[in-house]
Amino acid sequence: MAKINFLKPDISNLNTFLYIGTFLFFLSILDVFLNSFFQINLTGFLPSKISFVLPIIIGFIGLFFIRIEQSGFKFLDSLNKNINTNNFNAILSLLIIFIIIKSLPPLLSWFIIDASFAGDSKDVCSGTGACWTYIKVWLNRFMYGMYPNAEQWRINLSFISLGLLGSVGYFATEKFKKYLTLYYVVIYPFIAFLFIFFFISGGPVFFDFSYGIIAAIISIIIGFFIPSKFKFYYFLLVPITIYILLKYFIFYEELIELGKLDGLNWVETGAWGGLSLTFIISFFCLIFCFPIGMAFALGRRSGYPLIRYISVGFIEFWRGVPLITVLFMSAVMFPMFLPEDIFIDKLVRAIIAISLFEAAYVAEVIRGGLQALPRGQYEAAKSLGMGYWKMHIFVILPQALKLVIPGIANTFLALVKDTPLIFVVGLLEIVGMLNLAKTNPEWLGFAMEGYVFAAIIFWIICYAMSKYSYNLEQKYKTDR
Amino acid sequence: MNFKLKDILPQLITVVAVVLVFGFFANNASINMENRGIDFGFGFLSQAASFDVQFSLIEYDGSHSYFRAYLVGLLNTLLVSVIGIIFATILGVIIGVARLSPNYLINQFAAFYVEFFRNIPLLLQIFFWYFAALRALPLPQNAEPMFGNIYMTIKGLYVPTFIWENFNIFFYSVVAAIISIIVIRIHAKKVQETQGKQIPVFIISIGLIIILPLLSFLIGGVSATLETPKLIQLAQTSFKFEGGISLPPELIALTLALSLYTATFIAECVRAGIQGVGRGQKEAAASIGLTPNQVLKLVIMPQALRIIIPPTTNQYLNLTKNSSLAAAIAYPDLVLVFAGTALMQTGKAIEIVFITMFTYLTLSITISLFMNWYNKKIAIQEK
Repeated sequence: MAKINFLKPDISNLNTFLYIGTFLFFLSILDVFLNSFFQINLTGFLPSKISFVLPIIIGFIGLFFIRIEQSGFKFLDSLNKNINTNNFNAILSLLIIFIIIKSLPPLLSWFIIDASFAGDSKDVCSGTGACWTYIKVWLNRFMYGMYPNAEQWRINLSFISLGLLGSVGYFATEKFKKYLTLYYVVIYPFIAFLFIFFFISGGPVFFDFSYGIIAAIISIIIGFFIPSKFKFYYFLLVPITIYILLKYFIFYEELIELGKLDGLNWVETGAWGGLSLTFIISFFCLIFCFPIGMAFALGRRSGYPLIRYISVGFIEFWRGVPLITVLFMSAVMFPMFLPEDIFIDKLVRAIIAISLFEAAYVAEVIRGGLQALPRGQYEAAKSLGMGYWKMHIFVILPQALKLVIPGIANTFLALVKDTPLIFVVGLLEIVGMLNLAKTNPEWLGFAMEGYVFAAIIFWIICYAMSKYSYNLEQKYKTDR
Repeated sequence: MNFKLKDILPQLITVVAVVLVFGFFANNASINMENRGIDFGFGFLSQAASFDVQFSLIEYDGSHSYFRAYLVGLLNTLLVSVIGIIFATILGVIIGVARLSPNYLINQFAAFYVEFFRNIPLLLQIFFWYFAALRALPLPQNAEPMFGNIYMTIKGLYVPTFIWENFNIFFYSVVAAIISIIVIRIHAKKVQETQGKQIPVFIISIGLIIILPLLSFLIGGVSATLETPKLIQLAQTSFKFEGGISLPPELIALTLALSLYTATFIAECVRAGIQGVGRGQKEAAASIGLTPNQVLKLVIMPQALRIIIPPTTNQYLNLTKNSSLAAAIAYPDLVLVFAGTALMQTGKAIEIVFITMFTYLTLSITISLFMNWYNKKIAIQEK
């Protein structure tokens, strides 16, 4: 029998190396596993420092022995290729495996085994684990803020119906597919607005704001029929005119009072909160920031120098300041800029501030898409005799927006993640409610559970959004 | 005349609309301020600010002016940004490189890190570190020293500091070392270009940066003694540390959250940059006989950096702007000190919010201008 060179594993002694290496590798893992799950220290008789590093050394030797190229075993080859390419990688792999094994027991015991779920008072939470009872008791507040318990069905109903209405796109047949854009851009936001206006608020919240929304929607609908030559002037002038008409000449408030559903109490925006407020704010900001951003992106690429300078100024201003100062501005400075008799609700102010802020980022993303289009697309559209608006609506924007789906998704993700900042204007969405609940004298000392809970919720929302955008990107990817 | 009504009219209308909106706001503001008896002006900056700030890099107390308070806030913002940027860069580069590792476990670990920290709001992370994680630290009297003399307590982090003698000489020696390294580098480049000889710049540089300061200790009379934090009993149950440098928990929580969060974005930039360099580049460089080190230094890095640096600077800017979230955990940064406390005391909402926004705007525009210049400098010179 040939001599075995232990410093240089080779294929001629494959089985020997394989047995020894696998044995050593599993021995090291077993040691760490027993140590962390059952508190048994196999190497306890050794000095503590040696006993600490011994598993790594043993595992390393084991991995060294089984690192044999083209052994013929598929599993071994893929193992060597993936986690065991050289000494350095072997040590890193071992470290990561050990860290995972070591960190599982404390995490498991905190999250599940030692945690308390039952009961509805603090007394059950005496263990070392998490106190999910705290979350259970406060769940209503975390979801709905200070919204009265008896009225919460209104929020549920609104969200469920909006969710159903939003999923129309999946079930639409071919015949209705062409109306989907119109539906999602104009009708759906309008329905959502009505739900929130009548149902969740049930009172005079959005008055001035709702004039604006209705003016915008009417002007967009009429705008489809305006010849593209006049579209610019139209969008510059008509929305404001409709707004003024609605506000001062058409007695719309009475109409709204007429349309009010009976028996619904007014819940002021100060009482809104929790996760539902996160959704409301994200939803509205998302709707508003997109058209504003698109307008400024087109403005920045416009041939008119003055319009270009104004757009650049707008974009660079909002991009240069942190959101928290923008919200400060909307809280303390903006009321000074309005006539004394106009009062805008703080929720609306926050929505306007966040929308303008995110619109600047959206504008930059869309501009990236516009710049990435080859000049030929513009020239081809022009040579077909298309005007500015026709060219952008039918040729440029569909391609540019397709290109910037990841960027837009990132901006929207940032928007969702920025909503907790509205604590500056005194609104408490889920993170704000957590901070409120943690100062409650009956429930002191459960900050960790609350933050972990909110982190899980946000993580799920954001991760789902990013995966969805990735799918969208793959779906609309066309070869160029 | 080349003026056309078609070109002028839209611009005119837009400008008029913008001017009208701003005029409307300004008019309302002046009326409102008159009604409330507030006058507009920046005179308050020189008045004494009668509030204290917990943590300040420059000497400050209630008798100093509001302008001084502004500087305190600005310096605190810059401090947390710089520390955050340093840590975020180190972590981001490591994670970004790890994501490209052939080792399955390592790149999955890095991917997990990125997905995990990127999808949780930064404010929530700051709250988590400040209210949940750092509150679990021991009280000063129970703190165990780490690495000899470092104490992590609920009141903050205490690190030993050096007490210098003749610090100036030491400082000059370091400056001299840096200058001589630059000179040697330039010289080496010239030699390589004219004669093709290579001077081992790296070893010489390391030697210089060690030897010159060492000389200042041996000859220049510089000496440094270590001052360690000592536990002092104030009352029966009240203890505190004295001596050394103390970092407040707000700063630690903020730096941790900012760097862990921003590192995920930097990691993605680094990954995109390295992936952006074609494989052919590496193979071509290897085939003309460059060593792996030279391939990395002369071929891969210059091209990867060109892709990496612009988005990374953007992340640095974001980090600086995000540091304003400090106000949520009462770290005395620009927003808290100036837009918070000073605004409450003076009631000068417009001026103070204006100054605060202008400061951030200046910071970002300076950095973007610098970036544009840098981009132009390193851009590929196409013919």
